[in-house]
Amino acid sequence: MDSRFIYLDHSATTNVKPEVLEEMIPYFKSNFGNPSSIYSLGRKSKQAIEEARERVAKALNSKKEEIYFTGSGTEADNWAVKGAAYANSNKGKHIITTAIEHHAVLHACQYLESEGYELTYLPVGPDGVVAAQQVSKAIRPDTILVSIMYANNEIGTIQPIKEIGGITREKGVLFHTDAVQAVGNTSIDVEDLNVDMLSLSAHKFYGPKGVGALYIRKGTKITNFIHGGAQERKRRASTENVPGIVGLGKAIELATHNIDGYSEKLRNLRDNLIDQVMEKIPNVRLNGHRKKRLPGNANFSFEFIEGESLLLMLDMKGIAASSGSACTSGSLDPSHVLLAIGLPHEIAHGSLRVTFGEENTGEDVKYLMEALSPIVERLREMSPLYVKD
Amino acid sequence: MYSDKVMDHFMNPRNVGEIKDADGEGQVGNPKCGDIMKVFLKVEDGIIVDAKFKTFGCAAAVATSSMSTELIIGKNIDEALKITNKTVAEALDGLPKPKMHCSNLAEEAIKEAIDDYKKKHGMEPEKEQGERCSRRCDDILNDE
Repeated sequence: MDSRFIYLDHSATTNVKPEVLEEMIPYFKSNFGNPSSIYSLGRKSKQAIEEARERVAKALNSKKEEIYFTGSGTEADNWAVKGAAYANSNKGKHIITTAIEHHAVLHACQYLESEGYELTYLPVGPDGVVAAQQVSKAIRPDTILVSIMYANNEIGTIQPIKEIGGITREKGVLFHTDAVQAVGNTSIDVEDLNVDMLSLSAHKFYGPKGVGALYIRKGTKITNFIHGGAQERKRRASTENVPGIVGLGKAIELATHNIDGYSEKLRNLRDNLIDQVMEKIPNVRLNGHRKKRLPGNANFSFEFIEGESLLLMLDMKGIAASSGSACTSGSLDPSHVLLAIGLPHEIAHGSLRVTFGEENTGEDVKYLMEALSPIVERLREMSPLYVKD
Repeated sequence: MYSDKVMDHFMNPRNVGEIKDADGEGQVGNPKCGDIMKVFLKVEDGIIVDAKFKTFGCAAAVATSSMSTELIIGKNIDEALKITNKTVAEALDGLPKPKMHCSNLAEEAIKEAIDDYKKKHGMEPEKEQGERCSRRCDDILNDE
């Protein structure tokens, strides 16, 4: 086996595409002006931001004025959840979300609970998908917000956002979706989905880190999250991250250009890997719905072994992937997502997440399989839980 | 994150396996916490002549299992009982702080195995079997 480096963790982050970086560079150097300055150097920066906003709006089928740049996907999530909660507390204090949200939403919700808001954490089925009807049943007269992720970051499951959007629209409840994992992997149309707010993050689709955006439908009641200057039409203070915003704009334009072809490429890699793992490795389960998942996401649990050991051994072979094991998160509990789909702790500890991206090929799947089978076998041989048939 | 020694003992663990008709056996840990270690001892004239282990856990758990078995082979029972989690961690050139609890696993598994040996040979064990197993998760939680 030749030694090489294969990156299979695109849900964690991606590289910045050269074309993206190229557009960003002038805004670090010659076009460094503050977009709030009135002289031409400042106006150049301002114009660059507005062009980026246009590109994001086009990618999401929103109006340009409905896009607000943030410092990250996490900030966008926090702003949406807390901002909508605070702005609508006169109507009620009940919020609906799911048990499998990213911590950016989950912990923001838990914080709101400490402030007297009432949260409903909808469960998901063993396939990792929430039932839209459950949302309908959970809505009460005092429900002010529903926040449900578009696609899960660990098991990749895609939630019925359009269906839920229909329900919340009909009942007059605000609907936020964390689409950080979805944008760039699947096409998104905020009008079609009926969402009121949508979060995204540039570094998940070959843009730079440290920049995200929140789509806020015109007329949505939401308080400001960061207070200060009058940037982002007085909605989000702080001097704009101009190169980052430019990078986000270019990256989302590139990502949405041939999104169907890209999705299909990823889906082929994913299905190829899933088929091989399920066929060649015993005592393994696929986490998350077989089809309703991100095109590039595969998540497995290998019985009798622990995820961190698996990741480190893969790393020795030049393969970068991730796991929902407790040992990789610094906490005692394995991933809340894997527990939410009903996995026992010991199985959740042995999970492996592979997320494909642009540079991956069928050769990478082959290389991964060649490495994975013996590693799993080796760790099992070492495990007191494993009894060979 | 891990020292070279930890990585060496993780990638090339010493003494993996089982000993048939072991003189002492001990298992600690809990799959819920994400690690379990099982130790097998062969004792002759009060001296540990062989030790083997099986571990389910992270790299730190495997490396401490490997190192601790190396440390006890050739020692008598009393010397082996003096090996603490700190001794094992130091022999591995240290462990990252969140992983220090993994080194308890090795210390406790060895003590459990020695107790088993003592019981089998009509000696008084230090603790009842199983007493060490359930403590670990709580210990870690309390540390945080």
